[in-house]
Amino acid sequence: MILDKRKAKGLSRIGSRAAYGMTLFDLAPDYDDLIVVTADTSTSAGLDRFRKTYPEKYLDVGIAEQNAMGIAAGLASEGMTVALSTFAPFQTMRCCEQIKVNLGYMGHKVLFTGLASGVVLGTLGYTHCCIEDLAIMRAIPNITVISPADCGETAKAVEAALNHHQSVYLRLTGGSPNPPVYTEDYDFEIGKAVHLREGTDVGIIATGTMVHPALKAAEILAEDGIEATVINMHTIKPIDEQAIKDLCTSTKMLATVEEHTLMGGLGSAVAEVKAPLQHAPPQIMMGITDSYAKAGDYTDILAHYGLTAEGIAGKIKRSYQKL
Amino acid sequence: MKNRAQDINNIEQMTARMRRHILDMALEAGAHSSHFGGGLSVVDITATLFGSVMNIRSNEPEWADRDRFILSKGHGCLGYYTALHEAGFITRDELMTFEKTDSFLYGHPVMNRDKGIEFSSGSLGMGLSLGIGVAVAAKRRAKDHRCFVIMGDGESNEGSNWEAMMAAPHHKLDNLVLILDRNRHQQTGTNTEIMDVGDAPAKLRAFGWHVEDIDGHDVGALYDVLSARRSDGVPLAVVANTVKGKGFSFSEDDNSWHHKVLTKKQYEAAIEELSGELLPSSGSAA
Repeated sequence: MILDKRKAKGLSRIGSRAAYGMTLFDLAPDYDDLIVVTADTSTSAGLDRFRKTYPEKYLDVGIAEQNAMGIAAGLASEGMTVALSTFAPFQTMRCCEQIKVNLGYMGHKVLFTGLASGVVLGTLGYTHCCIEDLAIMRAIPNITVISPADCGETAKAVEAALNHHQSVYLRLTGGSPNPPVYTEDYDFEIGKAVHLREGTDVGIIATGTMVHPALKAAEILAEDGIEATVINMHTIKPIDEQAIKDLCTSTKMLATVEEHTLMGGLGSAVAEVKAPLQHAPPQIMMGITDSYAKAGDYTDILAHYGLTAEGIAGKIKRSYQKL
Repeated sequence: MKNRAQDINNIEQMTARMRRHILDMALEAGAHSSHFGGGLSVVDITATLFGSVMNIRSNEPEWADRDRFILSKGHGCLGYYTALHEAGFITRDELMTFEKTDSFLYGHPVMNRDKGIEFSSGSLGMGLSLGIGVAVAAKRRAKDHRCFVIMGDGESNEGSNWEAMMAAPHHKLDNLVLILDRNRHQQTGTNTEIMDVGDAPAKLRAFGWHVEDIDGHDVGALYDVLSARRSDGVPLAVVANTVKGKGFSFSEDDNSWHHKVLTKKQYEAAIEELSGELLPSSGSAA
């Protein structure tokens, strides 16, 4: 998929979930053995048009995620190209052991997508939020974990995942519209972080919807004379270790930003790479603290946890000044 | 053209040899122990499938048109590995590596297509869903092969099975066969004591399956219901009423044999019981 300004704008407007469904619709003619599986969530995944146009490539198994994951693996075992999706908590946690056994242990290849992950559905309460999926999926061997920065990257990630050698968990965050990070084409490669800005004071590593405010935060910091490198770490596993090691030598402080619990996600993955290094700068982690307490409007939750451009810049500045 | 009488005779001979192999494997496993009871309850079923009903080729394990098999109750693997041996997928020497370090024959099956093991299992309640995926793929590709899934009645406690039981008739998977090993026991007691499965045939019928309620040790009955192909959009469920530990007087219907060490003394007594059923040349197939 080639990204241009018009495409980026269009995808941004519809949000990452619809971008996922639209991408599968566009790719369907190229994949004879594609089968899209849903658990009564076709509309939620932007798959209505797909369902009507390609009924032979579509399978709804009802509200039964454990069964859905097993069926997806069974289809994959027959060599079919399988894309499964439902809301993130149900996609990762309700069927967690099916993921372990069918995809991790046996290695059947499925693209499984967690819709509306993070806290975008905060008004519905935390049953429908997912702040744990990166940590849980990261712990299962043989699963690649991708968290796209925007809707254009979602489209690129879907295509890359269908051609990847192992199962991919695709974590979709953000609402609609979802601000674009990219407005022109770029190389998306699973496992390869993307540098969006260069600076030698602070290295900001962000993922998912946090990439956009991280870039804005870098602009704010620059006004205060603090120059930041900003990296889009779209692949959480396998993480781009070299990119992290390079930042450890080129900057004085690292900051990780994620719409996810601070336990086990991006920040932890970065720390795991940093820990054995003899000389590494300090790291601050920004994300959601170990709590289900703050529900409600998406922007209010993000603001509460300091996951805005101003919040990110402020925290980095305070830490940087203490170096 | 199949010769029913000859096939059934061959299958019955095969079950005797499989029980002999199981004794040898259980003894060889020693202190590691084995799921003896639940393996023996499925022997007549797996012998019927691998000995005659299923279209499989041991010299071409991934033959595209082969029938698929899933042992959802993975702990019943003694009844699976020995059937694979009889069908030519696994050698006798390989059988004897059961549960040893670096063997490919652990206490629960690990996917190994070259050896005929289609899927890993052991965590209960996952096999029927996989079978649905396999059956849907066959339907979408207009393929004729079938998929057979053995589920334990204790295993049916897992709710995921009922998700799958609802889905198979909905998707009209008449190429899918569920065999419920109704041995009426589970790990720590009878079904009635732990979780009553109740009227399994009625429940499956209510979910939309065509149900055959048979003696799971009657090879003739197994042969007939498993050989019959369906084309009416209704999946087949065979409720196979079995005896846990079937084949040896000390283990039949005794749930202490769910997972237990077989002693040399018990082994010798079992060999003695089996001797009348085995043909002279059996028990040492290469």
